Amino acid sequence: MSQKFSRRDFNKLLVSGVAGSALGIFGGVRPAYAAQNRIVVIGGGFGGASAAKYLRKLDSSLSVTLIEPKATFYTCPFSNWVLDGLKNMEDIAQTYTVLKNKYGVNVIADSASSIDAAKGTVTLKSGKVLNYDRLIVSPGIDFKWNALEGYSESVSNSKMPHAYEAGAQTVLLHKQLLAMKDGGTVLICPPANPFRCPPGPYERASLVAHYLKEKKPKSKIIILDPKDKFSKQGLFKKGWEKLYPGMIEWRSVATGGKISKVDAAAMTVTTDFGVEKGDVINIIPPQQAGKIAVDAGLTDASGWCPVNPITFESTIHPGIHVIGDACIAGAMPKSGFAASSQGKVVAASIIRLCQGKVPAPPSLVNTCYSLIGPGYGVSVAGVYKLTSAGIVEIPGSGGLTPMDADDDHLNEEATFARGWYNNIVQDIWG
Amino acid sequence: MQVTIRSMLTACFVFSALLGTGAEAVAAQKKAPKKAVTQVCNPDPRGQILALSCASCHGTDGRSVGIIPSFYGKSPEYLEAALKDFKSGARYSTVMIRHAKGYSDEEIRMIAQYFGTVWQKNK
Ligand SMILES: Cc1cc2nc3c(=O)[nH]c(=O)nc-3n(C[C@H](O)[C@H](O)[C@H](O)COP(=O)(O)OP(=O)(O)OC[C@H]3O[C@@H](n4cnc5c(N)ncnc54)[C@H](O)[C@@H]3O)c2cc1C
Repeated sequence: MSQKFSRRDFNKLLVSGVAGSALGIFGGVRPAYAAQNRIVVIGGGFGGASAAKYLRKLDSSLSVTLIEPKATFYTCPFSNWVLDGLKNMEDIAQTYTVLKNKYGVNVIADSASSIDAAKGTVTLKSGKVLNYDRLIVSPGIDFKWNALEGYSESVSNSKMPHAYEAGAQTVLLHKQLLAMKDGGTVLICPPANPFRCPPGPYERASLVAHYLKEKKPKSKIIILDPKDKFSKQGLFKKGWEKLYPGMIEWRSVATGGKISKVDAAAMTVTTDFGVEKGDVINIIPPQQAGKIAVDAGLTDASGWCPVNPITFESTIHPGIHVIGDACIAGAMPKSGFAASSQGKVVAASIIRLCQGKVPAPPSLVNTCYSLIGPGYGVSVAGVYKLTSAGIVEIPGSGGLTPMDADDDHLNEEATFARGWYNNIVQDIWG
Repeated sequence: MQVTIRSMLTACFVFSALLGTGAEAVAAQKKAPKKAVTQVCNPDPRGQILALSCASCHGTDGRSVGIIPSFYGKSPEYLEAALKDFKSGARYSTVMIRHAKGYSDEEIRMIAQYFGTVWQKNK
């Protein structure tokens, strides 16, 4: 998704709360900033928890409230590792104790049911109403349940899990893999772009293959893809050939990859080319911004939230910043790393705005490691900046693990993937 | 809401500065504090925003809890030299070269300044 600055956008930027409050255009710089700066954050995932922690870490005079219904947050990163048995659910569980006790974030275990952008209030499910001076919304994704005939939330909870939000869904898919007979077929059905974690379905195929090769070697995996290419494709295909020859078949849109219907009772999916039967069927439905963002009118026709790329402030509702998977962030992928990077940019920007100062231009980073096997890691990296074309990758930087990387290199990247996980969860929740 | 011509012009200037034109570089150079002590209490906002992402792999303030190297407590000079060596390829890396190439030498200096001094406040 590319973002171009049109004249109209530029004018919007000028009259938005950002330019306005930063420059004191409307009524001057806020004087006693510490007294009236109540920041509310919706969602304690990668984006929201990073923003809440860094707001308090960088300016302990701010009042920061984080609304998150889950007492335990299971990370999607490394949830594919759970499917292989390389990690347990406890290994990917995060809590809010440190944010509360060490960083002084006011954590409320509830969910936001509505936002009143004009009044500056958030109403919680419990009925409680919170006032905010600035609101950060990082609700992740919501699934488009009606996009695929035969699929629904209840089908996902019983027969065909998506496992694209970690937790009970991960456990269900794992159980199904454990119960499958040797010689079974696993179907993995990713959505079209854009979606959360572009390499996610292919890392999943890799780690499921690793499990099957060791425990059920006569089985196979078919990826039914509505796309004609996918993230880190060359690296994945090379890894699959080396580690799991003949086990993973990827069908593109041109070779019957697009599915139009599922039948949960028969355990089949229908493609343009016919009906495919699976013993385990993983459907990853098309996505949009988390429900609260849609309900609050923060999304555009694409289903995602347009934001000012300097501060991630909504271009629709001033005073509300949207980060993470839910926002449209130019060239950045929808990843936990990107969400966290955006959370820090938003924290630093809001602090500047509260002080009546101009925010620094953003600098954003992403690195997505994928494990193809336990000692075989690959990555894609990106450094991003803001230009008149929106958030773009800096030419000459970033990119993929080289195609000719040797075994030592791939092994080091697998080790770094583990190191990355330990540090990012510590940096966000620890 | 009324926007005067004057504020429009100021906004245009600020916006172009944010977009990373020459004006920004000049402003950043002027603003860059000379003494580390000032940096600790009131970090250069540009250096800070450039530096914060590094923590996702290297730990908060560069204090790693895992296998990825820690750089907490290192000097600005050490960090600047290391980043420049990653950028040129003089120092071998699997991932760092791809990151380091995303920053100008001036930005590398600002990142090094941030992490090279941020730990001093915890002393
Ligand atoms: C299988 C898989 C593997 C992945 N691997 C990686 C990886 O290796 N590296 C990587 O960088 N990324 C990875 N990702 C992507 C990453 O998980 C997401 O990009 C990231 O979680 C996005 O962060 P977020 O803050 O937008 O949303 P989330 O992290 O999903 O957080 C959203 C939070 O908001 C809460 N919430 C929602 N609505 C409300 C409401 N109304 N009120 C209060 N709270 C609410 C939810 O409970 C949730 O806790 C992976 C994803 C998947 C599915």
